[in-house]
Amino acid sequence: MTTAMSRRGLLQGAVGVAAASGLAGCALGGGGTTEGVKGETSADNPLGVKADAALEVVIFNGGFGEDYAKAHQAMYRQRYPKAQIKHSATQQIAETLQPRFVAGDPPDVVNNSGGSQIDFNGLVAQGALTDLGELLDAPSLDDPAKKVRDALLPGIVDVGSYDGKFLSLNYAYSAYGIWYSRKLFESRGWEYPRTWTDMIALCRTIKAAGIAPWTYPGKHSRYLSWPILASAAKLGGLEVILAIDNLEPNAWKHPAVVAAAEAYYQLAVDGFLQPGAEGMDHVQSQTEWCRGNAAFLSCGSWLENEQKAVTPAGFRMAVAPTPALSNADKLPYETFRGTGSEPFIVPAQGKNTRGGLEYLRVMLSQAGAADFTRRVSSLTCVQGAGAGIPLGPGLTSVTELIDASKGGAFTWLYSSYYRKLERERVDGASAELFAKRINATQWCDKVQKSADEFAKDPAIKKYQRS
Amino acid sequence: MRRIFLLTFLVPPLLLYGLFVVSPYAQAFQISATNWSGLSPTFEFVGLDNFRRLLGDGWFWNALRHNGLLLLFLPVVTILLGLFFASMITVHGVRGAAVYRVVYFFPQVLSVAIIGVLWKEMYAPHTGMINGLLRSVGLDDLAVAWLGDPRFAFWCVLTVLIWMNVGFYVVLFSAAMQAIPRELYEAAALDGADRVTTLVRITVPLLWVTIQVAWVYLAIIAIDGFAIVQIITDGGPSSSSDVVGLRLYKTAFGDGQFGYASAIGVAMFFLTLTVAAMFLQVTRRDRVEL
Repeated sequence: MTTAMSRRGLLQGAVGVAAASGLAGCALGGGGTTEGVKGETSADNPLGVKADAALEVVIFNGGFGEDYAKAHQAMYRQRYPKAQIKHSATQQIAETLQPRFVAGDPPDVVNNSGGSQIDFNGLVAQGALTDLGELLDAPSLDDPAKKVRDALLPGIVDVGSYDGKFLSLNYAYSAYGIWYSRKLFESRGWEYPRTWTDMIALCRTIKAAGIAPWTYPGKHSRYLSWPILASAAKLGGLEVILAIDNLEPNAWKHPAVVAAAEAYYQLAVDGFLQPGAEGMDHVQSQTEWCRGNAAFLSCGSWLENEQKAVTPAGFRMAVAPTPALSNADKLPYETFRGTGSEPFIVPAQGKNTRGGLEYLRVMLSQAGAADFTRRVSSLTCVQGAGAGIPLGPGLTSVTELIDASKGGAFTWLYSSYYRKLERERVDGASAELFAKRINATQWCDKVQKSADEFAKDPAIKKYQRS
Repeated sequence: MRRIFLLTFLVPPLLLYGLFVVSPYAQAFQISATNWSGLSPTFEFVGLDNFRRLLGDGWFWNALRHNGLLLLFLPVVTILLGLFFASMITVHGVRGAAVYRVVYFFPQVLSVAIIGVLWKEMYAPHTGMINGLLRSVGLDDLAVAWLGDPRFAFWCVLTVLIWMNVGFYVVLFSAAMQAIPRELYEAAALDGADRVTTLVRITVPLLWVTIQVAWVYLAIIAIDGFAIVQIITDGGPSSSSDVVGLRLYKTAFGDGQFGYASAIGVAMFFLTLTVAAMFLQVTRRDRVEL
């Protein structure tokens, strides 16, 4: 066989071709700046939306689905009939949208949520987000005399603010606490304990009755770090939480945090945690709880919706604040961790940022929020939007919790400033704690060490709150 | 003429290969020298900073240690099991050999994601099959939370990796064994060789090239391991089953540090290359001609 060209020559040619084509597609992107289209402002259109500008909305297709967003889009189209709306929903927010941020072509509204949410630290550090402050100061859709800011539940502006700029609107409202079944407790004559001493006493009774007092998702042990931090804040005051959020030295070794960690570690020491829970994920442990195999569970108010399929009839789940650790707690028993979830952002490079802001204003109207609550059984960050809507027993107890606290809800922000600190480090340390491989003091040391690592890491942008 | 004919067939695939395989590789090297966050077109060149950081990153070394353990155990155990099953099926022809051959191949048909979810449920503390079996024979004390304990989680993942890979090598080795002339085995049997001697003295030497290839493939799987680990344990508990691939993924998509993640990728690239070259070098033997 004769060949006109040598193999070596062919290979060299191939490498050349490959190298040339390599230049064609570059991941680092070129990008360009896009000016948001701005129309005339008027009383009816305070944000200056251009009536015929197209709007693109990307929704996280998780527990809430995407139908609620389509309803919001219909409301937007009612106001701007000439606007084309492009809707899409995905579970892979980061994977889908990351290249579009690089290319300078992001959508106008993104529901940046779920397991593969785009890291806020990166988005904020890169200046990729529109300041939503203008939206806060715009008149609300329902009452021109009232600003959007004043229609929100307390804490919503805090949780979406980075260095004083309001960049992410957390649309759903989640209350965190300890969950139990009213049916179980009434049938046994148990009462939810208001102090930790009573909690331990009740756990003894529950265990004697052949039920595991507590269960928890060992694979996401951070769920049990929530009552620790909430109790610590109630015991030592909000400055405990502020120090943690600001990555201050020894914030996690504050006596209140140690005391709270000791208290919850006691559950593991006394055998009050369901055996085997250390190997369960949240679905498995919550199902155990719904089946009546455990009495208490730490979770947020999405629990009722998440467990809809497996909750037995008449179970009547209810949420309660964390029990007081002492008689001299700085915050009253009724205070709880309440905060926004389901973050919505308006990318700065979007083609229609004005429309994006207006879309959020539509979502924050009474009609928009009430529709959301009706569809997905979750409260929103809009005050009073849940009034008159029939809610499930769990969500009803959440509204009772909010009312009883008289505005005393608080939250920490380190988990949104430094997502990995909670998702990996606190999570890992808590898994060790509740499997009794480390004790409460070691837990505080371990988490503090991780927090110090974050404080020292120049690649991570730092935020301050006060 | 001939040249044009060749080129028309070769250039399109080479272009595609260059665009989708070579170019991302090349770009990873470039990105690893930047602090690119993956969210904007802006970045700075930081030289070798990312690699310096890698050297002092305890989480990376922890993940690498697990890859090291995988590299140590996965190829050896898988190949030994593969050889054992293949020789039982092919050489000694145990009863039902045809059925076994199909059964062993089952895991190969399932997608990695399905295998991961399946085993995650198998290991579940209360509802899982493994603890169910243990309890049914009275071994309640052994029914622990497999994936919730840092002592066991990694080994649980290793078991799954072996389980899902062994079938392919059984088939590969069986095929190679069928090429070995029966006379050799008959001669060995006449000389009074037992099964083990036959395996070690005849089968393995004649299969050496296949084993070598298997070794390199398995080593590459061991250095990766990402998919199964991510689905079954997500590196936990307390990073006790973390692997480098997962660290890379979390650094890029979780922390938005594509520059540093690319540096991890580049380190992995050289690691894989070195290991493959080393294996081929160490296991080099003269081929037995039949």
